[in-house]
Amino acid sequence: MYNQFHSVRLDYEKCKGCTNCIKRCPMEAIRVHDGKAQITQERCIDCGECIRVCQNHAKIALTDEMDKLSEYKYRIALPAPSFFGQFKNSENIEDILNSFFHLGFDDVFEVALAAEVVASIVHKYLKAYKRKKPLFSSACPAVLRLMQIKFPELLEQVIPILTPMEVAARMAKEEAQKRTGLSQKDIGAFFISPCPAKVTETKNPISTKQSAVDGVIGANLIYKDIVKHLAKKHHETSPRLNKATSSGIGWGYITGESKSIGYGTSLAVSGIHNVISLLEEVERGELKDVDFMELQACTGGCVGGPLNIQNLFVGRVRLRHLIEKQTNQTSFYTDKELSDIYEKGTFKSTELIQPRPIMTLDNDVSKALEKMERIDQITNNLPGLDCGACGSPSCRALAEDIVRELAFETDCVIKLREKVKMLAEEILDLARIIPPSMSDTSPKKEK
Amino acid sequence: MHERKGVVSSPCQPAANKPQLTLRFKIDEKDFLIAGESASKTKKALQQLGLKQEIVKNIAIIVYEAAMNIVIHSNHGEIKIIIAPDQVVVLSEDVGEGIPDIELAMKEGYSTAPNEVREMGFGAGMGLPNIKQCSNELDIKTTIGFGTTLRATIYLNPADTKQVETGTMYV
Repeated sequence: MYNQFHSVRLDYEKCKGCTNCIKRCPMEAIRVHDGKAQITQERCIDCGECIRVCQNHAKIALTDEMDKLSEYKYRIALPAPSFFGQFKNSENIEDILNSFFHLGFDDVFEVALAAEVVASIVHKYLKAYKRKKPLFSSACPAVLRLMQIKFPELLEQVIPILTPMEVAARMAKEEAQKRTGLSQKDIGAFFISPCPAKVTETKNPISTKQSAVDGVIGANLIYKDIVKHLAKKHHETSPRLNKATSSGIGWGYITGESKSIGYGTSLAVSGIHNVISLLEEVERGELKDVDFMELQACTGGCVGGPLNIQNLFVGRVRLRHLIEKQTNQTSFYTDKELSDIYEKGTFKSTELIQPRPIMTLDNDVSKALEKMERIDQITNNLPGLDCGACGSPSCRALAEDIVRELAFETDCVIKLREKVKMLAEEILDLARIIPPSMSDTSPKKEK
Repeated sequence: MHERKGVVSSPCQPAANKPQLTLRFKIDEKDFLIAGESASKTKKALQQLGLKQEIVKNIAIIVYEAAMNIVIHSNHGEIKIIIAPDQVVVLSEDVGEGIPDIELAMKEGYSTAPNEVREMGFGAGMGLPNIKQCSNELDIKTTIGFGTTLRATIYLNPADTKQVETGTMYV
């Protein structure tokens, strides 16, 4: 039985059963039954498309609350690169990083810095790599989950390096341990996330056994407090916090990752539907001449994450603006240090990403064929409007649901009307028949 | 697009009592989008049938390349994917000029695609070699001035594949 944590949830009270979400879901994972949306757990990849499209705000991302901080003696905030693009009046990254100390954190470590480390490792990996191309970025967990289900053949081409989030947590904890002398379990690393997929990734990681991230706080949850703090405008003198350069911060939007890695030919694609069509192309054997593919489920990359506050284009411009003003020109880690990290292989993923074939109709090919034939027949019989009124995303999906015994043909409103009409005609026919004991006033006609 | 077909007349026709499914795609000249669409629809269907990843990938490639061949080299045509429990047959039939020299066409990199098509990045001369690589059996019949029929067979059972390896191939 499939029982895994998913961050994307339904707020039962708020859901009006409007069927907007079922059409947008790239995995056809949502059905509306009994007037409420239901997410099929096996199919959900936590991309957050439904969160974006739901007008009733009934789709939510389950993140950790701020009181989880109290479980640890020493708390480190790990803000995602895209987070810096969320603030209107922030003049520099330093101020934003400083704010975390006022929200109950003891330390702050930029994920952008870890991104630079990952970029260096990936660059070296690409250089040494000789097999099937293109290679895929492992940074977006929603894309990896999509590949597990729809593109299992391509999983071996995913670069086996941990995500910047994961690397940041490990580096920050190690550093804090050295500095404070506390044990690992007393140090809590909290990722400030733009997306639900990252929450899922920490609870049941796919490329490592255990995530070093202890909690994920949604960017939307912490936003207000930071804005309040920034408004105070008191600049205390603290040790320089900002260690990342533009190369790492650029991971916040699409193409930033490719630029940061800077190896060979690369292709950057954002938006889950675009990613799907590109992967289909790769699967057909196209684009073998591309070395590296940066794939992001959210349009625009992480700045377009469903938990971010700002419009993605605004977020992107602000992030760029910050990057241009960024005074850090030299990277924090030297080439020697980066090479050592690569040689040691510390941040390699330890688990192979496993395929998850869940589309199958039946384990027996013959039975599956019969079912598919029935699906075809039912689909041809349905009106083909794909209206969604039945609660399934399309007529074909309804046909599949019927064959999987999850729905009925009469769930289709058009089909139901047809049936009602037939029934009405039948009733009328019956009403016209006069019992032999009664006589008709009109003269008797021939049969 | 999906349509059921009862009987397919062919030498390697699957047993009549076994369930069988046919996907059909009509293809017009220069309709480049249909090639990708037919491949991804085929892929989805095969995944739902629970076929092995490798086989699904190979069939999708065959369908795509065959469709591209129709788009580039013929007037119009049709692709049928006949799925039976033991084998999948991709049947591509087109009305067009035909292939003057099949042996030459089977060579990697050999292409008769017109320049305008090559400029779009297609017609690299890998179509037929790719199809051959992805299928267990390949049979091409062509008549100059009339058109080409291509039949690629993929066996779903590894035991069947062995039989094929010892058998003779058309090309």
